[in-house]
Amino acid sequence: MNFPSDCRYTKEHEWVKMIDANTAYVGITAFAQHELGDIVYVDVPSVGNTLAAGEVFGTVEAVKTVSDLFLPVAATILEVNTGLEKQPELVNSDPYGEGWMAKITLQNPDDFNALMDASAYEALVA
Amino acid sequence: MKPTPFYNKHIAAGAKMAPFAGYNMPISYSGINDEHTTVRKGVGVFDVSHMGEFVLKGENALDLIQRVTTNDASKLTDGKAQYSSLPNATGGLVDDLIVYCLEANKAYMLVVNASNIEKDWNWIQQHNTAQVEMHNISDKTCLLAVQGPAATKILQPLTSMDIMNLKYYTFTKGVFAGVENVLLSATGYTGSGGLEIYFEDNADNATKIWDAIFEAGKDAGIKPIGLGARDTLRLEMGYCLYGNDIDDTTNPLEAGLGWITKLNKPSDFTAKDILTTTKANGISRKLVGFEMIEKGIPRHHYYIKDASGNTIGNVTSGTQAPSLGKAIGMGYVEVSHAALDTEIFIDIRNTPVKAKVVKFPFV
Repeated sequence: MNFPSDCRYTKEHEWVKMIDANTAYVGITAFAQHELGDIVYVDVPSVGNTLAAGEVFGTVEAVKTVSDLFLPVAATILEVNTGLEKQPELVNSDPYGEGWMAKITLQNPDDFNALMDASAYEALVA
Repeated sequence: MKPTPFYNKHIAAGAKMAPFAGYNMPISYSGINDEHTTVRKGVGVFDVSHMGEFVLKGENALDLIQRVTTNDASKLTDGKAQYSSLPNATGGLVDDLIVYCLEANKAYMLVVNASNIEKDWNWIQQHNTAQVEMHNISDKTCLLAVQGPAATKILQPLTSMDIMNLKYYTFTKGVFAGVENVLLSATGYTGSGGLEIYFEDNADNATKIWDAIFEAGKDAGIKPIGLGARDTLRLEMGYCLYGNDIDDTTNPLEAGLGWITKLNKPSDFTAKDILTTTKANGISRKLVGFEMIEKGIPRHHYYIKDASGNTIGNVTSGTQAPSLGKAIGMGYVEVSHAALDTEIFIDIRNTPVKAKVVKFPFV
């Protein structure tokens, strides 16, 4: 299973990847999409909201289950991935790329470095 | 947690396993959507050995079955099966089941839900006042459901019994894949046709039959199918799932099972008076199918509301339907909201999401 080194991870199986100094993409890990199975719907109703780390910013629905999405760091939700409306399966096929779920502005960019790195996360799910 | 006789086959096939009704069962292999499509378009194999089987024998067996079930088992002749239900004293359902007529008036097999084996056994035993011989053969019975439009064609070379012409809800018994006493039944829980294969878990029967079926279906792209796709397949057909859509508190009339509730059969049965009165007075709620108009996926226990926000019922099953590319569900609503095309709202995480009542089956 693939855990890119330019991402940071949470124990709730989300990843964060910085785009520039303050903004980042958030999604779920390869492990998470594999556990959930075929993703059929990603619902992020929180665009425009500023949320604390650990707050629910949306939900991801697989055929059989629904899971909350927890915000890895305090941030404002800027944008959702509208590409997932028609092709939610991108979360399964490309979880760190086309399958991103939200674009966020971090309140404190240093929070990124406090998250698990790829090897720590890989050890968690091994 | 018990393994089924096919446990090693599931692991070898890369199954995602989970506990279900006390068994360690395969939930999915290649992915629910792929497995679902495999059954709709080709052929797939389900290990449903967790299901319960009781054999009832003796001159009073039919009488006992007639008294505990809603359908009319006296209509059955050798080799015929019927879908039926076990009502409780208040008209709710102890379980739904299939009654197989092995030998009319002498021997029957009841196939019940895995989670209800003990409850059903005790319930029937409690009504067994005339010493009917009862055998719980659940633990030593294997059950594979081979389902899909290509199922009977790939299985025919494995037996000399004519299975291509086996009518729906009939069965035959004989040698299959070199194993004796195999019961082949033209039944299933998918709506895509095929057979259910019952046989004794004896020596290497399980391995022999599993391997023979997969070899026979190789060119047809046969795949193992888990309980996940079993649920989406049955839901697209609007088939009830015990524990979701029917339970001890739902009566068969409101569940749309009036067709297996034979109030005029030549025998009294549990809660017949209550169900007769319910039918005469009219039901107050009804199990309906609905499809989502707005985005969202209905799930078991979500509330159903009307346009003014009043709760009118609850969702009993829901999923994204792989064959339809849209979200569907089943649930009980007050009869005033049960008509086709009625607009209803599913309360998804405190947001009313628009849906409409549609007819069964969904596909």
